[in-house]
Amino acid sequence: MALALDLSVFVQHDGDGASHMELVVEGIVDAASLRAIEIAVCKLPGISRARVNFTDRRLFVEWTDHAFDPARILDELAGLGYPAHPFSLHIAVETEAAQMRWLLRCLAVAAFAAMNIMLLSVAVWAGNVSDMTVETRDFFHWLSALIVIPAAAFAGQPFFRSAIRAVRAGSLNMDVPISLGILLALSMSVVETGHHAEHAYFDSAIMLIAFLLAGRYLDHAMRRKTRVFAANLSALRAPTASRIGSNGELTVVPAAALMAGDVVLVGAGERIPVDGIIVSGSSEIDQSLVTGETSCTVVSAGSNVYAGTLNCSGALQIRALAVVGGTLLDDIARLMESASLQKTRYLRLAERAARLYAPVVHATAILAAIGWLLAGASAHDAIVIAITVLIITCPCALALAVPAVQVVATGALFRSSVLINAGDAIERLADIDTVVFDKTGTLTLPEPQIDNVGHVAPQTVEIAARLALSSHHPLARALAALGIDHTPFEECHEVPGEGVRAIIDGVEARLGNPVFCNLEFEANCAHNSHEEASVIAFRHGIASAVFVVHQKLRPDALPVVEGLRSRGLATMILSGDSAPAVKACADALGITGWRAQMKPADKVACLAELKEQGRKVLMVGDGMNDAPALASAYVSLSPITASGITQAAADALFLGDRLAPVAAAIEIACRAKTLMRQNLWFAVLYNSVAVPLAMFGLVTPLIAAAAMSGSSVIVTLNALRARRAGHVRKAASLEPMLISTRSPHHLNEALP
Amino acid sequence: MTILLVLVPLALSLGLLGLVAFLWSLRNGQYEDLDGSALRVLSDDDLAQ
Repeated sequence: MALALDLSVFVQHDGDGASHMELVVEGIVDAASLRAIEIAVCKLPGISRARVNFTDRRLFVEWTDHAFDPARILDELAGLGYPAHPFSLHIAVETEAAQMRWLLRCLAVAAFAAMNIMLLSVAVWAGNVSDMTVETRDFFHWLSALIVIPAAAFAGQPFFRSAIRAVRAGSLNMDVPISLGILLALSMSVVETGHHAEHAYFDSAIMLIAFLLAGRYLDHAMRRKTRVFAANLSALRAPTASRIGSNGELTVVPAAALMAGDVVLVGAGERIPVDGIIVSGSSEIDQSLVTGETSCTVVSAGSNVYAGTLNCSGALQIRALAVVGGTLLDDIARLMESASLQKTRYLRLAERAARLYAPVVHATAILAAIGWLLAGASAHDAIVIAITVLIITCPCALALAVPAVQVVATGALFRSSVLINAGDAIERLADIDTVVFDKTGTLTLPEPQIDNVGHVAPQTVEIAARLALSSHHPLARALAALGIDHTPFEECHEVPGEGVRAIIDGVEARLGNPVFCNLEFEANCAHNSHEEASVIAFRHGIASAVFVVHQKLRPDALPVVEGLRSRGLATMILSGDSAPAVKACADALGITGWRAQMKPADKVACLAELKEQGRKVLMVGDGMNDAPALASAYVSLSPITASGITQAAADALFLGDRLAPVAAAIEIACRAKTLMRQNLWFAVLYNSVAVPLAMFGLVTPLIAAAAMSGSSVIVTLNALRARRAGHVRKAASLEPMLISTRSPHHLNEALP
Repeated sequence: MTILLVLVPLALSLGLLGLVAFLWSLRNGQYEDLDGSALRVLSDDDLAQ
């Protein structure tokens, strides 16, 4: 590495003088690579511990020597062919991990207690139909109480806490009836045991806790898996910046470590790492990631530039600013705030079920008690029956109905290259009737492509492609990719803002803008036939060519859009780009509803209009200008190449060069929602059988235990059917997981 | 039925032992990297020394 790399932001210092950091490492595929990495890093002087976590594809390194430069680890691993990327742990991820460990501890306690209780309960059930004495039964019941009460007090905490929070906030969630059921079952069982009764429900209570905790743990584990993957991806893509120190020395730092006031150097063809103001230099800036416009803007000293835009021609020195006042970014931030306020809160299926469920069941229990009292039963018997109704309806199946499907569907989406950001995204995705696309970077590929290669002589293309290797201009990269020989010509000169020239076979060759190559007429012709395209001119003696550079549609955009239409979904394009460019794209895809030159506020207004018409809109977009629209849409998707602020606003992200994950996401979501409904109806059916039994006093603990576990198993098995939708799409979507310059190979390795 | 006085405490202590062992393995980080452990078991570097 030519420049010094400053990694201090990623290093964490422990109290005892040791320091540690985590790295995402590419290329960990088997036991051999795992050992090779650990051995190589451990050999470095000063390293006290290096351990690879294979599941997460991460490396943990610890050292005690203060003088140790962590950049050496990166150099060492890069030399071995395992590129490593520093990774900073977010506090949110840490708390999530702690939460999961806590859930697992609770699950362990509940499961072990349930196993031991069953030992006693089965003995009691068997004893009740044979010759067990009352004393032995009471002894077993008291033993059960001894185990269950502390276990339930510990393992039930996740439900109790959530229920208390909900009640304090004046609402009802599923945890309220669950907590109530557990508490009533336990207290009734204790009282009944005191009266030497035949039935006690200790086993039901602890089994309920164990089942529900298992569901909840799986839900967390699935979400953690997608988060780890997303975090690894962002570490691989984390931008770096060349900071100019006060003594003029250049240091490479992660863009995240830049402070307001730092001056950074951005070469031609590099992405600008930070919002700021240009100190010196002039260039053209490609703002397509920010505004959706594909044509470049000319900037010079004093202009504002935004993070994520591409510097096309000259080198720039930029002073980082914390807030670029009164600009596009401010507008976007303000719009996002109001958009998320306006957004109607989606009431999840499970919440709606809980709101209906709790009053109905509690009313039924009270009715049962009153009915028995009127029929002449004692107060004690009436109360016991009312509580039995509550125990048997305790929403085991109901509470698992939605999360179980959610877990399986999230897994299916993950295999179809879709990462879910928001918990309720699957349910909302299933409701949509309109899909609104952004154009640049969403329907089209993020990188431009050459359109008219077929019309140019192959040897001319070859020379132009080799010459393009020496240019830093982003458009030249598309041309360079066409060449077969990847050795640049010697003695190339890059003329900033113009192009490159070199002497090839004794004749000067030029590649760059049409004026530079003296091909203005041809360029104008090309421009007239492809209004929305940019051109690169090339001249080598008598040979000349004008290359048309296009934002190409994603390879499967047409079939995907047609597929969406055949599902009965309306499609639309809202783009910040010019009208001809958007029209060409809309015509190619057969989309009639399109609007061009939309500002971020226009997009939000258009979505509000659609919402007023009663439409539920899926917004798919990648630009920073799409972020407010994504935040205000009913549900939103964005490609992983999108800017950070946009990714944060989207409900889900999709990977790769293809648009197929969008269709797959909708399909899996619809299927998942159907299964959720089925599960909820099954829970209703189960209750409509179980409740009358309980009301007539026919339920024993044995029946309660069988019914409860039986219904949970059926609901879970039904949820597993959500996997199937994923398998259909698997072959189509997993192979090309490409992001810009990275090969699919790299990405699959980042997949935990 | 006096045998219960032996068997019940025995059953309970075995259950408790299992729970304690599980919690210990959880605290010890045994579940942090399940796939990695599956691979590590194949390497015999520890025998070479």
